[in-house]
Amino acid sequence: MELTGAQALMRSLEMSGVEVMFGLPGGAILPVYDPVLDSPIRHVLVRHEQGAGHMAQGYAHVTGKPGVAMVTSGPAATNIVTPLCDAFMDSIPMVVVTGQVAMSAIGSDAFQECDTTGITMAVTKHNYLVTDPADIPRIVAEAFHIATTGRPGPVLIDLPKDVSNATMDWYWPDGVDLPGYRPRHEIDPAAIAEAARLIRTAERPVIYAGGGLLKARAAEALRELAEMCDIHVVTTLMARGVFPDRHRLCLGMPGMHGNYTAVTAMQQADLLINLGARFDDRVTGNPAHFAPAAKVIHVDIDPAEHGKVRVPDVPVAGDAKVAIEALIEALRPGDGSSVTDAMADRSVWKSTVSGWQEQYPLSYDQPSSGHPLKPQYVVEQLRDHTPDDTIVVAGVGQHQMWASQFWQFDHPYTWVNSGGLGTMGFAVPAAIGAKVGRPDRTVWAIDGDGCFQMTAQELISASAENIPVKVGILNNAYLGMVRQWQELFYAERYSEVYLSADHPDYVGWAEAMGCVGIRVESAEEVVPAITKANAVNDRPVVIDFRVDTEEKVYPMVPAGGSNDDIILGPEGDADAALKGSAPS
Amino acid sequence: MRQAVVSGAPGTNLSPEESAVVSLPQEPDLHIFAAIVENKFGVLARIAGLFSRRGFNIFSLAVAPTADPSYSRITIVVDVHNTDVNQIAKQLDKLVNVINISELHPSDSLERELMLARVGAADLEAVTDVISEYGGEVLDHADGEAIVSVSAHPDRLDRCERQLRPFGLHVLQRTGRIALRALDADEPAVGMTA
Ligand SMILES: Cc1ncc(C[n+]2csc(CCOP(=O)(O)OP(=O)(O)O)c2C)c(N)n1
Ligand SMILES: [Mg+2]
Repeated sequence: MELTGAQALMRSLEMSGVEVMFGLPGGAILPVYDPVLDSPIRHVLVRHEQGAGHMAQGYAHVTGKPGVAMVTSGPAATNIVTPLCDAFMDSIPMVVVTGQVAMSAIGSDAFQECDTTGITMAVTKHNYLVTDPADIPRIVAEAFHIATTGRPGPVLIDLPKDVSNATMDWYWPDGVDLPGYRPRHEIDPAAIAEAARLIRTAERPVIYAGGGLLKARAAEALRELAEMCDIHVVTTLMARGVFPDRHRLCLGMPGMHGNYTAVTAMQQADLLINLGARFDDRVTGNPAHFAPAAKVIHVDIDPAEHGKVRVPDVPVAGDAKVAIEALIEALRPGDGSSVTDAMADRSVWKSTVSGWQEQYPLSYDQPSSGHPLKPQYVVEQLRDHTPDDTIVVAGVGQHQMWASQFWQFDHPYTWVNSGGLGTMGFAVPAAIGAKVGRPDRTVWAIDGDGCFQMTAQELISASAENIPVKVGILNNAYLGMVRQWQELFYAERYSEVYLSADHPDYVGWAEAMGCVGIRVESAEEVVPAITKANAVNDRPVVIDFRVDTEEKVYPMVPAGGSNDDIILGPEGDADAALKGSAPS
Repeated sequence: MRQAVVSGAPGTNLSPEESAVVSLPQEPDLHIFAAIVENKFGVLARIAGLFSRRGFNIFSLAVAPTADPSYSRITIVVDVHNTDVNQIAKQLDKLVNVINISELHPSDSLERELMLARVGAADLEAVTDVISEYGGEVLDHADGEAIVSVSAHPDRLDRCERQLRPFGLHVLQRTGRIALRALDADEPAVGMTA
């Protein structure tokens, strides 16, 4: 069967199991948009290519399937660089197809030519420039294989217009042949045995659960390991939901804005069991002062993570789920006795940890009069007045931290955020992608006013396509996180962080985009507004929550500082100013 | 002056906030990696890009197709002064077009480098003496200048270069080293052969 390159591309996407793609056409990708009309794949038309990329990411986050986006050459390709980088940092499986000028024009600075493969080399797991239409099925099959296996990540396919127009004999490859790509690693039994020995003898062990566990679909295995060994679990920003917050062993989020117990338990541990996390600087603070007494077991599917930041005592290269199951096997006593009998006495440590939990819970103060409205209160009310399995999507800033801190995550794949890159504007499009992937779930974006202004136009895509996401803007009239740093570390010299609560008029803007718009100015109005929003199912809803402009995120470990220097609240601000280094 | 971006590299105690471009007055600590890569468009850019974005320092690089022209063999000499050698190998290994990568230890490898130089040759005999001492040859001479060629171990080339300097070293081109594991050397670890 003879197909054009464009038809072969769409057919290859279908063969790869693609159900939805996000994109926007243009000159160089025009040939491919013609067979889009005939394809069973649903295409969601975006208003900006960055939106297509983040939608694909949100879709991938909640479904575990690769997200797919398609855009044209030049400015469209550069518009999708941010989502590619975001997906690369957070190991999100994604395949992006970009149009390219004709092969004969490459290198001539043709209209809308840009060196897409050159630009994206550093932010993709791999990328391709297609030079022959006969290669299309093979390259698409390889792209999905690379994106979804091993440590997942984004793959880009750059498709010149003449290659799309030329014809080829259709085939679909049986498999892929990539001699240089070895994503699988057999778990080393000796490493597992040594890890089990460390777990048995540790007096202050902590499981450091990372986003890799979600990729490995290892939530149940994690729970079995933690319960069997009776070991506390911290869940990183990328791993929220992988272990239930309400579980007696859950300590919540560690890191720069983690809670005191999670941060301090890691800091004082004698064993860190790192499962799919990467010792990110937002977790470790200054790595030289991080968990100084801890031995480290580090399970990662990417061996390059071993020793990149912290040299592990026991590196385990391989799939986290397989590794945890092997650990459980190695720890289970043959005689049917309790595993914990074989372990060191941890009673002192347990009571220390529960003492911290009692003494230093996350806290804030919502004045009863209703003014000013506290952002944390809004998050708590959203949490309490939405279904238990609601998917929460955050932007980047203070609101992101409050969402992670004050939501209660009890299910995996209910939290979507931009962790590694910290991309403002992530929430609205990622929420739309999540809702497309899980139409059965309620999807709430908890966004900042600054973030919302970066990608709000995608709500037009959502209205047009009947994708009923809900957006709660924690409108503090500021680039709040930056304002917080300026308050603490730059002597309250506020430079270019004021946005105004009234401009834009978020309710008017939401309505102009085909959404329901609601404004909330006091604590009493919060729950009725949420109830009203939950009742809307035929279009997106935006709530403009006017929150306290001065509220700050605590606890806080100043950047580059030691986790021992955690600041619990405003009383510690003077110390913060002394200890902190320049913000990022 | 040589510079390296130090970004929270192991053992440096620097957080990304404190990362900085620092000068390296120390002697380089050179390690040799041999990589077999697919002979495809853009592979060299991927490798060069990886080195620059991870802050690894390339000292020299030699690339050419292997006996099977669908693959190339790359010899990369890296200054590992501020980098963990394993990180370099593991990050390179992640590139899809890199088939395998191994470190070659000078003690069990054979190394060679080629030098072409245009030197002052008012005294052609003296130049010829130096060159033949290193097993090289004079390829051309005219108007008091000569073009010479020497292939030798890079350390020997350094010495040859020093000896040629007094004649006037007008143009110098060295290829960067290439290396092979010696026949009697131990086999390297699995998955890391070259
Ligand atoms: C694209 C992008 N630009 C700049 C930043 C730096 N930055 C981090 S948080 C923040 C403020 C975010 O403001 P807003 O969305 O209102 O959230 P808030 O902190 O007020 O909750 C900024 C500017 C970023 N993370 N991403
Ligand atoms: Mg704000």
